[in-house]
Amino acid sequence: MNDTTYVQALNVAGGLFLLAAVGMLSRRQITSMIRLFAVQGVALVALVAVLGVHQHSLELMGVAAGLGVLRVGVLPHLTRRALGAAPAERRETSSAVNIAGSLLASAALVLLAYAVTRPLIALTPSAATAVLPVTVSVVLIGLFALATRHNALSQVVGFLLLDNGITATAFLATSGVPIIVELGVSFDVLLVVVVLQVLTVRLRSTFGTTNLDGLRELRD
Amino acid sequence: METLLLIAPVAAPLAAAAACGAAGWRRITAALGVVAALLMLADATALALRVTRSGPVVAAGGLLRADALSAWMLLVVATVATLACWASPGYLAAGSDTGHRTRWYGVLLHLFISAMAVAILASNLGLFWVAIEATTIVTAFLVGHHRTPTALEAAWKYVVICSSAIAIAFLGTVLLYYTARHAGLEGSRALDWATLSASAHLLDPGVTRIAVGLAVIGFGAKAGLVPLHAWLPDAHSQAPAPVSALMSGVLLSVAFYAVLRIKIIADVALGPAFLRTLLLVLAISTLSVAAVLLIGQRDYKRMLAYSSMEHIGLMTVGAATGSRLAIAAVLLHIAGHGLAKTVAFLGSGHILHHHGNSSDVAAVRGLATRIPLLGGAFGLAMLALLGFPPAAVFASELGIARAGSAAGFGWAIAGAFGLALLAFVALAVRTGAMLLGTAPADAGGAAVHAPRFGFAAAAPLITGLALVSALGVTTWPVQRLLTAAAAIVGAR
Repeated sequence: MNDTTYVQALNVAGGLFLLAAVGMLSRRQITSMIRLFAVQGVALVALVAVLGVHQHSLELMGVAAGLGVLRVGVLPHLTRRALGAAPAERRETSSAVNIAGSLLASAALVLLAYAVTRPLIALTPSAATAVLPVTVSVVLIGLFALATRHNALSQVVGFLLLDNGITATAFLATSGVPIIVELGVSFDVLLVVVVLQVLTVRLRSTFGTTNLDGLRELRD
Repeated sequence: METLLLIAPVAAPLAAAAACGAAGWRRITAALGVVAALLMLADATALALRVTRSGPVVAAGGLLRADALSAWMLLVVATVATLACWASPGYLAAGSDTGHRTRWYGVLLHLFISAMAVAILASNLGLFWVAIEATTIVTAFLVGHHRTPTALEAAWKYVVICSSAIAIAFLGTVLLYYTARHAGLEGSRALDWATLSASAHLLDPGVTRIAVGLAVIGFGAKAGLVPLHAWLPDAHSQAPAPVSALMSGVLLSVAFYAVLRIKIIADVALGPAFLRTLLLVLAISTLSVAAVLLIGQRDYKRMLAYSSMEHIGLMTVGAATGSRLAIAAVLLHIAGHGLAKTVAFLGSGHILHHHGNSSDVAAVRGLATRIPLLGGAFGLAMLALLGFPPAAVFASELGIARAGSAAGFGWAIAGAFGLALLAFVALAVRTGAMLLGTAPADAGGAAVHAPRFGFAAAAPLITGLALVSALGVTTWPVQRLLTAAAAIVGAR
């Protein structure tokens, strides 16, 4: 892969990665949020694979394949299963901020990400680190979704968005943390989603809904 | 020998978890759990002797490592784990859980203890992170053990907030790895606590500042520091009492231990001012939140949870001070608070069972006259938490205040202890209301189902109280370890 195509491939994958995140903020339907999450997983795999091809690293390409199985296959599948047989009208999430407000906020978060990543890019300027503002934006957008969305499953998707952003940051900045740490991290994320899936099922059987507005017993 | 010393604290609780999984929660597996915790305690003692004599121990291909600081933490975790395992049969016997649920309780409790051991003994930040996230995963179902709507709500908040906070800490970890790689460290050594501390002067200040900030906020959330503390009172009040004891007594400090380790790196890479400012801001805000919410508190388990936030706030003040005296006081405070809070939570579990599962302060009156043994143990634990001598908390709070004033943070210390005083008054008033006064007329009715609180149930509580007082009177058996551990973090 020559340098121009490498840079272009990185930018295309990075762009898709951010677009999917912003797209999730523009959706109320949880099913389409999950679909966009899978699309984002594809973009993440593409980012890692491009890095792997560029560095002639078989290990990175293997990691990309593993990430693909986890983030395009298993995690969206688990989230969709938690959605289960919920009636159609319950498959929408309410949000503390409306769609237009969310999109404006995401624009502001992208600007913020460009500001905070300047020291990171200055340390080693390269085509890979130039994409860091995009991945950090996704982290911030994930946090925003977590804080504003009121449905249990949309919070799960928010958490996964946050995690996608961090994983992409790790690969772009350092070509990935040591393999044992990466394995532990992926396993932990998978377990968190399993735990949240079980809790979602219990929430639905206890409260009759996965809307978290009903959770107001515990407060001071 | 070294390998065994480092693997046993992880493996012993794992074996106990496997036994519970295979045979269910019975008298024999419960006893096995206590044996595993005692084994861990013996191992921690041996490790402490070893590291004070001949320095750090490394094993398992460099993944596990123990120095004086980790030995001290392991000692505290093992002691509290022993008390919690010892008190578990009494707690479960009073509940009406099915065999299926108690089996899971046993499995998850021991997995939880094992995960904390991994966190403390992890030689690198990456493995530490994985272990801390594992504690969130295994405790999620322990928090939701009672299957009530409130327990479910607490479990949900706990997993979502803590996992996200820990994810933020992971971003910090990644950035630290980035700058360490840039500084020439290779592979997994670039996340190694010891290597990072030794080559901290090579790290890029701009990136390290972001990394340290993210890691402290993320791990701080797990330690109960503001701004991501909302899960704490819910989770600690809804979990079964022995689990609350472990979560409040040691899990908070295990997360706080990461802040101490990061401080070693940050102080060299950025100078002490950056992290000191950050920690002081976090400490004062945490103390403010805890004090304000304690004043109006009507639920005694939530009261204990907010008291944990208050104590973590004081530890953070000590860490911000950063002198050797301050760090030694913080480490002593970790032990003193861990033991006293364990006794208080274990006591609260029995109080709950004697009052129809109501955790309302108003439902408990005249405890000291109705159930003197329980009232006495709970009252003494609260006195210890309030900082009365001879409890270790008295000595450590004095140490934190003295070290802070000596280092010239008189204002911060005055503010912090002023807020702690507010918390003190609120705690003392509520505890007094629970222990004293005349018993409500119908108090006997609710207690019918609860088993009598005899000496067998009281033994773990009394042991905890004896330990916290002994540690307050003299620290000579652990003095060398404490000094060595403080020297690892403390300046000068």
